[in-house]
Amino acid sequence: MNAGVSLFWRQKKAVAGLVIILTLCLMALLAPVLAPGDPSERVGRSHQPPTVEHVFGTTKMGRDVFSQFVWGARPSLAVGFATGLAITALGTIVGLVAGYFGGRTDATLDLATNAVLVIPNIPLLILLASFAGTVGPMAIMAIIALTSWPWGARMTRSQTMALRQREFVVAARMVGEPHWRVIFVEILPNLVPLIGINVVGSIIYAIVAQTTLEYLGFGDPLRVTWGTMLYNAQNSSAIIVGAWWDIAVPAAGIALVGLGLALINFTFDEIANPQLRSGPALSRWLRLTRLRRRELEAAR
Amino acid sequence: MSDALLEIRNLNVDYLLDDGAFRAVNDVSFEVRRGELFGLAGESGCGKSTIAYAITRLSKPPAWVAGGEILLDGQNLLKMPEASLQNVRWRRIGMVFQSAMNSLNPLMRVEAQFFDVLRKHTGATRPQARARAEEMFRLVGIPINRLDDYPHQFSGGMRQRIVIAICLALKPELIIMDEPTTALDVVVQREILEQLVDLQRNLGFSVLFITHDLHLMAQLCHRIGVMLKGQLVEVGDTQQISRAPEHDYTRKLWGAIPQLPSSVRSLGVVE
Amino acid sequence: MNVMPLTTTMADEDDAIVRLKDIRRSFGTVEALRGISLALKPGRALALVGESGCGKTTCARIVARLDAPTSGTMAFRGADVTQAGGRADEKTRRRAIQMVFQDPFASLNPVFSVYHHLARPLLLHGHAKNGGEAKAAVARLLADVGLDADVTARKFPHELSGGQRQRVNIARALAVGPDVLVADEPTSMLDVSIRLDILELLARIKRERNLAMLYITHDIATAAHIAEEVVVMFAGQMVEWGETSAVICNPRHPYTQLLLSAVPDPDRPFVPGQSARFLAHADDVRRKSRPASDNVEEVTVNHFVRALGQTPA
Repeated sequence: MNAGVSLFWRQKKAVAGLVIILTLCLMALLAPVLAPGDPSERVGRSHQPPTVEHVFGTTKMGRDVFSQFVWGARPSLAVGFATGLAITALGTIVGLVAGYFGGRTDATLDLATNAVLVIPNIPLLILLASFAGTVGPMAIMAIIALTSWPWGARMTRSQTMALRQREFVVAARMVGEPHWRVIFVEILPNLVPLIGINVVGSIIYAIVAQTTLEYLGFGDPLRVTWGTMLYNAQNSSAIIVGAWWDIAVPAAGIALVGLGLALINFTFDEIANPQLRSGPALSRWLRLTRLRRRELEAAR
Repeated sequence: MSDALLEIRNLNVDYLLDDGAFRAVNDVSFEVRRGELFGLAGESGCGKSTIAYAITRLSKPPAWVAGGEILLDGQNLLKMPEASLQNVRWRRIGMVFQSAMNSLNPLMRVEAQFFDVLRKHTGATRPQARARAEEMFRLVGIPINRLDDYPHQFSGGMRQRIVIAICLALKPELIIMDEPTTALDVVVQREILEQLVDLQRNLGFSVLFITHDLHLMAQLCHRIGVMLKGQLVEVGDTQQISRAPEHDYTRKLWGAIPQLPSSVRSLGVVE
Repeated sequence: MNVMPLTTTMADEDDAIVRLKDIRRSFGTVEALRGISLALKPGRALALVGESGCGKTTCARIVARLDAPTSGTMAFRGADVTQAGGRADEKTRRRAIQMVFQDPFASLNPVFSVYHHLARPLLLHGHAKNGGEAKAAVARLLADVGLDADVTARKFPHELSGGQRQRVNIARALAVGPDVLVADEPTSMLDVSIRLDILELLARIKRERNLAMLYITHDIATAAHIAEEVVVMFAGQMVEWGETSAVICNPRHPYTQLLLSAVPDPDRPFVPGQSARFLAHADDVRRKSRPASDNVEEVTVNHFVRALGQTPA
């Protein structure tokens, strides 16, 4: 485990990704400090471009985009992360149990996985929303989580099945470890890279799904989130009017989260597959190899 | 024209670390003569496999050839441009590694794999490749009608023989074998190696045979080199190495191998 | 159903910890074991020798309770345990029969230290009640298998050499406190030069702890170093068995002779021109040894050989 942590720090990509995510989270936490007051308050003229006073400009309704961005980060990030974790947890547990026990347990869980896999969650959410009027963040979180776990479950299941056959698992059983310990203490740590990838992918997915719903108008228009920002911007024809900042800012926020998470994701890949590791030794090797190749070509 | 087909001179191979390097192969020099079976023995980690990969410049990171020369018929392979080296690999130097039997494409029939290799290296047509494959199968004693089977239909030992056959189809001058029989049973191992000896006698290629099993090497090779921690500690005729080893480590290596009681060893197949 | 003649040691009904009687195991239409009978006694090792596919690993797994036979009986301390018993039953048997696997690396969990691997069985089976006792017990175990306790306990599997890993595996099996140790090709993935060390370790702990040992291998030379009795298997049958010295010095079954002739012998270099003959001979021996046969000849006291069965035309 320690090797994994120190490896993490040595990967510049991961550190960069982590910095991005932490900055955004910090920004969200410090919203009252960075943008005191009510983000929905009308503070300026309509669709003002970025100025010193309003760093990201204003919306059609005269609201400060920066303030909205900073406050909107809270629900967007919180729901996104929580949902992503929920998706991963569900998928991992189902995959572990199915892969470890096999047989009827596996067959049953496989059936459930396939059934849920077929459910299209965005249309389902749209359907629900059209009945309920609006869908609050908790409901969104629940439905996205409950319909998106199969992908992770499949991955986890195959990996668990492969590990199940490894001698150290058989040895653990022989030595007397109970099933639950074998699953959660012996096998699970070996799946960390996979789970890491799962978490990152799920969070990105959850954030995008949530934003999509809100953009389509199914979110709560009274709440300030990145998704409702986009919705309002779209409704006020921001692009046509030339108020690019209205759309660009929330979109950039989402893109940054995606970027940060993707950078962190590379590292899990590298921890899992040592051959991808790009430490200083590998860079040196690549550089020397390139140099040598050029020398040989030149000598022809 | 010298008798030496492959000459390794003062080879140094380093493993690049984040801070510095570890010398895995330290100033090693030896030669493999034409028509000779040369064995490189030593424990795991002594650097023998590193040398095998370095010869055809297939070293994977972090292995880095830091110095020395590797001469094939007088030409330094380390200074050859990549394009020329492509012609040397497989055409002049064949390679059979430990897990080679698992490197056959499970989705292709054996005959197609012969064609694949021959087409790439000699531009052979399908019928030509097939004829050659049949010839090789006859040489390694596998029924020709099995050319249309898939790799999984053969046992591990037979797959290894197929790999050797594909290798020989290109008529290389030297074959490097790195622990080719280590994962196989002792009877299968003997079958493969007895065959290798015959093939070598008939076709005249040289073999660089790498293994940790010194007894096996003594049965098979004409000359043996012993490696310890990256250095070549002793090189000589098999007779000399087995009867009168000069280096302490060689003696220690001989003594450490489990053997049957000598009264038993002369039993077995009626010769 | 014929019960096969056993060596006097095996036939002696006293103090056999594990006794297999006419064990058969089929996987679908494939008969992996066709009537295996043997007995394991404290302080003695029995070697099962044969090529891959002969059924020796299947047999080992049945003894280690990782698999159940299709027919036949297995007795543990006189009690019939052929089918898996209840939970309490299983825990006792788990404690009594332990296994050392072939792949030293795959047998250890890459994310845990050596200490974890050894402390868990100690704690699970009550040999240590807390961290302090476990630390001391782990140190003793490591010393017992020839490893430096201070240095090794903290290491992770990838930091150890193959031989060291296998010693840790042996220590882990011993940590449970078993009466029977099944060693499945424990040295075949190690360099030949360190095999003797591991064999000597196994022989020593067999003596010191009075363990009954089942030693699986395809290399009959290693069997001679550790086992008082040997059973040569081919295609799921016992083809020759008895006291190791008797079987090895006077092999009567063609398959045993083939196995012995294939052990690398530096004094008998390969002679070119022999391969076709050897291959034909090996194929012939395998073909003749495959058919089932109930005819067992007693060569001498404690040395039995199965006559060749009818070969299909």
